[in-house]
Amino acid sequence: MRPILMKGHERPLTFLKYNRDGDLLFSCAKDHTPTVWYGHNGERLGTYRGHNGAVWCCDVSRDSTRLITSSADQTVKLWNVETGTQLFSFNFESPARAVDLAEGDKLVVITTDPFMELPSAIHIKRIEKDLSKQSADSILTITGIKGRINRAVWGPLNRTIISGGEDAVVRIWDSETGKLLRESEKETGHQKPITSLFKSADGSHFLTGSLDKSAKLWDIRTLTLIKTYVTERPVNAVAISPLLDHVVIGGGQEASHVTTTDRRAGKFEAKFFHKILEEEIGGVKGHFGPINALAFNPDGRSFASGGEDGYVRLHHFDSEYFHIKM
Amino acid sequence: MEKVGDSKASAKVRWGELEEEDNEDLDFLLPPPKVVGPDENGVKKIIEFRFNDQGQKVQKTTTTRIRKVAKARLSKRALERREWRKFGDAVNEDTGSRLTMVSTEEILLERPKAPGTKEDDPRSGGGDPLSAALAGAAKGGAVLMVCRICGKKGDHWTSKCPYKDLAPAAAEGLGLDKPPQAADSAAGSGAPGGKGAYVPPSLRAGATVDRTSDTSNMRRRNDENSVRVTNLSEDTREADLQELFKPFGHITRVYVAVDQRTGMSRGFGFVNFANREDAQRAINKLNGYGYDNLILRVEWATPRQT
Repeated sequence: MRPILMKGHERPLTFLKYNRDGDLLFSCAKDHTPTVWYGHNGERLGTYRGHNGAVWCCDVSRDSTRLITSSADQTVKLWNVETGTQLFSFNFESPARAVDLAEGDKLVVITTDPFMELPSAIHIKRIEKDLSKQSADSILTITGIKGRINRAVWGPLNRTIISGGEDAVVRIWDSETGKLLRESEKETGHQKPITSLFKSADGSHFLTGSLDKSAKLWDIRTLTLIKTYVTERPVNAVAISPLLDHVVIGGGQEASHVTTTDRRAGKFEAKFFHKILEEEIGGVKGHFGPINALAFNPDGRSFASGGEDGYVRLHHFDSEYFHIKM
Repeated sequence: MEKVGDSKASAKVRWGELEEEDNEDLDFLLPPPKVVGPDENGVKKIIEFRFNDQGQKVQKTTTTRIRKVAKARLSKRALERREWRKFGDAVNEDTGSRLTMVSTEEILLERPKAPGTKEDDPRSGGGDPLSAALAGAAKGGAVLMVCRICGKKGDHWTSKCPYKDLAPAAAEGLGLDKPPQAADSAAGSGAPGGKGAYVPPSLRAGATVDRTSDTSNMRRRNDENSVRVTNLSEDTREADLQELFKPFGHITRVYVAVDQRTGMSRGFGFVNFANREDAQRAINKLNGYGYDNLILRVEWATPRQT
């Protein structure tokens, strides 16, 4: 396949997200400007100007009219997707790390980093359709987690919130009371910080990727560990194919190995694993730096990867991909 | 759809010429523009004919390759979004901007190699414990030093192996015998220090050659029986040369220069025969021989010996 290279960001990529129809791809990077691209040919549609710090995460509403982004400048901003105008800004006391819109786009979960004496926290806020009524208050705030929370997503029916972060523990919280419902176990869970989390298309299971060079598949309601995928590299980004039983894992390189391994240009790869057999299907090379973001088009026929090199690579699968036999 | 265009104009159009009416009268002499439709590779050629300033008929060929990268099935909303105006930093973008490019390389979903095979060079029976060691090393991520001869990891590369003078052909059947043999030769290698690690067979432990002047001659002759092979393909290894030169006689040593970083052959190697006549025959027969898509050059390693 011929990947389409998009170099719109001057700094490393942090997050990629497709909209529900799969025709728009939103990219966040450390360069303060989230960008939107067309998903079929990689043509840039526009950028959202307004943040003053690295943009860590984003989410887009189901009708693709609203975009929400979280940034290290301690704000979470709501944008009009089509025009690029900023609609609202939530201010925090510390850098905002992750955002996720709930089903129905009426609620949003935001995580903030520990900063000075402030511990890390999970905030739930309401998003109004009519922005004149928009308030900045949190409906719920959850604290008490040690370390940074790298990702937080909504569980089925918006009843729960799943979080994963630096303390390597996956937690399930009740979204109305804020009570901790479940926690992953120390022995079977990750051993190093969890860097990424991706829900399956139907929301019944999710994949976490960690610096301990593995990715784990969990049931979203019971938090049972279903599968583990082992790679040689610390994992920075994970994604689940909505069409086939594949998972993609993207990673980096251990800092200690940088000088001892031969650095062939373009050899950082996104590894494909069979979701059920846990076996490696193959790798797609090309990035010049560690892969920090992965996203699958909802139709399952293309995927995008964003790297430390500032490039977004958009891959449309060949017909052979759909006939891979294990 | 992505288009990659490449146009070759065989004549410049001078603005002065454009004003003249005369050219139009002669247009009927020009053949009509020809379109060679997209072939199976999507290559389309448009040939246009024109008169240049000297009144000569020239043709301009435009070659375009149309390649369908993806099929987009869009919902109604998505179609509407295609019509959106650019905003933010994209406002001043023209189609010539180089932000979005189709990769020039074809990237494949590379299937993982089966365990026991080496990543870069195919081995023609180099011995399973060796390739397993290598595969293990490759999987480890970091580069470990693996010696192909003794199979020991992390100690030395093949060219620094203390047992490197053993002919690899022996390895096929005598895989197990090598370590004990090697142990003996290691003991014997201490004696003739002048040659570094190389120990000729006559001086190894357990050698039954009588120590007359023959031994020094043998040592010298072995190097005089050295044949240099150049223009090797990148995945040629010692075992390949061994097989290739075996029919000409007994080989005491093969060596292929390999780039340590990439694992590819540097294109040359040496074969030492036991007898000069064998070496001469090998040179005669194999010089110019086609091997793995390249024409081999086989000659004496040292300057011309007749």
